[in-house]
Amino acid sequence: MTQSLKMALKSIAGNKMRAFLTMLGIIIGVVALVVLVSLVNGATSSVTDAVSDLGNSLLTVTVSDDKGSPIKLDTLTEWAAEEGIGEIAPTASASATVRADSESDSITVYGTTPSYYNVEGLNLLLGRFLKTTDVDNNNYVCVINETTATDLIGYLDCLGEEIYLDGMKFTVVGVLEDDDSSLTSVFSSGSLVAYIPYTTLLRLPSSVSTDITEFYVSAEDESDTETAEEAITALLMDRFEEDEDAFTVSSQNVLEDAVSSITSVLAVLLGGIAAISLVVGGIGIMNIMMVTVTERTREIGIRKAIGATRGEILRQFLLEAIVLCMIGCAIGIFTSWVILELVTVAVSSLSLSFEMDGTVMLIAIVFCFLIGVIFGLYPANKAAKMKPIDALHYGG
Amino acid sequence: MIDLNDISKMYLVGDEEVRALDHASMHIYPGEFVSIIGPSGSGKSTLMNIIGCLDTADAGTYLLDKIPIEDYTENELARIRNRKIGFVFQSFNLIPKLTAEENVELPLIYQGMKRSERTGRVQEALARVGLEKRAKHLPTELSGGQQQRVAIARAIATRPSLILADEPTGNLDSKTSQEIMAIFHELHEQGNTIVLITHDDNVARQASRRIHILDGKVTEVEE
Repeated sequence: MTQSLKMALKSIAGNKMRAFLTMLGIIIGVVALVVLVSLVNGATSSVTDAVSDLGNSLLTVTVSDDKGSPIKLDTLTEWAAEEGIGEIAPTASASATVRADSESDSITVYGTTPSYYNVEGLNLLLGRFLKTTDVDNNNYVCVINETTATDLIGYLDCLGEEIYLDGMKFTVVGVLEDDDSSLTSVFSSGSLVAYIPYTTLLRLPSSVSTDITEFYVSAEDESDTETAEEAITALLMDRFEEDEDAFTVSSQNVLEDAVSSITSVLAVLLGGIAAISLVVGGIGIMNIMMVTVTERTREIGIRKAIGATRGEILRQFLLEAIVLCMIGCAIGIFTSWVILELVTVAVSSLSLSFEMDGTVMLIAIVFCFLIGVIFGLYPANKAAKMKPIDALHYGG
Repeated sequence: MIDLNDISKMYLVGDEEVRALDHASMHIYPGEFVSIIGPSGSGKSTLMNIIGCLDTADAGTYLLDKIPIEDYTENELARIRNRKIGFVFQSFNLIPKLTAEENVELPLIYQGMKRSERTGRVQEALARVGLEKRAKHLPTELSGGQQQRVAIARAIATRPSLILADEPTGNLDSKTSQEIMAIFHELHEQGNTIVLITHDDNVARQASRRIHILDGKVTEVEE
């Protein structure tokens, strides 16, 4: 085997220009395949990243029928400990009138727990978010957004200021950054928002029910919302007498799924076109192998005369075709790598990264090997079938 | 050793049937140096192909080392050629891309011999034809006589039962021819069986026995 390999390499090295031209088809095919698919994958991952930045690891649970066993804060704490589930934050909102000094305006008040901060992915600008003790003690503290601070109070650094929500006095303990990238904030930008402990919200005049009807769930592993979705669905089914109409669990995966299905179709399409060029390259290999076999008829005759069997001749020429393909494949993969690096540098301002996709590389290697075998087999078989006397007297 | 009995071989040339060998019979014993002589077109190439197991006869029996050579598959014939016969051709038939030692090594590779054993055999064979210093040269870097000596080394490397030489001096000048013939005599003295096919009477005369072939018919030449 190593002998045949050496012979194949020698024969290829003996005619470098021809070997290179033959390989060119394979090289171009491999480059087309690897580069195109890697580019699509790179673009896909940056698009899905952007989509998931909109908060896709978040599940929203809405309870429409509590079947006589409403969800309380304690229940959520229990559920948050379950496997696959990260944090759970209840949310109830109310519209209230806010007054600070002489200014007054309407504001959306959210009653929630400390978990809300992580679940929603909020960012603090100043101070702190709600704490467990705030919830436990029904503290009259609030965290407001940037817009509320600047528009209502008049300046950003307003920690310790007091505002009145529906006439009740609250102390500002934190200011949240206005985040433009989150999907929810897109719809609520410019509006006044205050977060207060869930328990405190219940005491406001425009009170809401003590039963939790809506809460957010984050996944334990951010990339694995499906497990979290299954876990929370199982818990809810258990609680609400196996009635799946009693609640809804919705995630923001839908958009991401749509994007990835579009791009994977694109990848397959482009990959398929590139694969066609690889097949064309394979035909080139076959063509040159046919010429090689004819040229070396006499050599085949000599080898057969001194005792080479059909199998040995077949192996020699088949291996030559495969080696030719694999060298082409290696050059192609290297070239693709260079091209992808260059593209990454060229579009660095877009913060896109085009990495060589391992799977595509593997597919290219396997494909090249198969092309070597398929298109090498016919010429090699032609060589193996030659009769020793005819071959020996060929051309002299 | 070689036992040809009533061998016939036909070829179709156009519509005409040519009888290249016509009920030919001959016997060659171990250790003999036999020459087969005949003009071109007499059927001596066909005879050599059959003796060399490159082709099989249409009729008759051929025993090589008491093994009947008939109805063998191509691969079985290849094995027999590889182990029992060493070929020396008129046009040397070395593989141009391989060095002298690689050419000599080739039949040993096809035998599946281990590398360490092969190296020894190759050196030994090249030493016997006096070319150990030219082992790394390509055939194109060697003279005709040297190329033929490499071919002889390749033939003897496998230690075959029979060395089959087809016009080994046909492409060489008379001085080199003598050198090559000297090697054949040496090999004969060492106990090898040699069959030499030629049209040159001077070359044929050097063998211990001469067999004449004409129009596919074989006759012993009496002194």
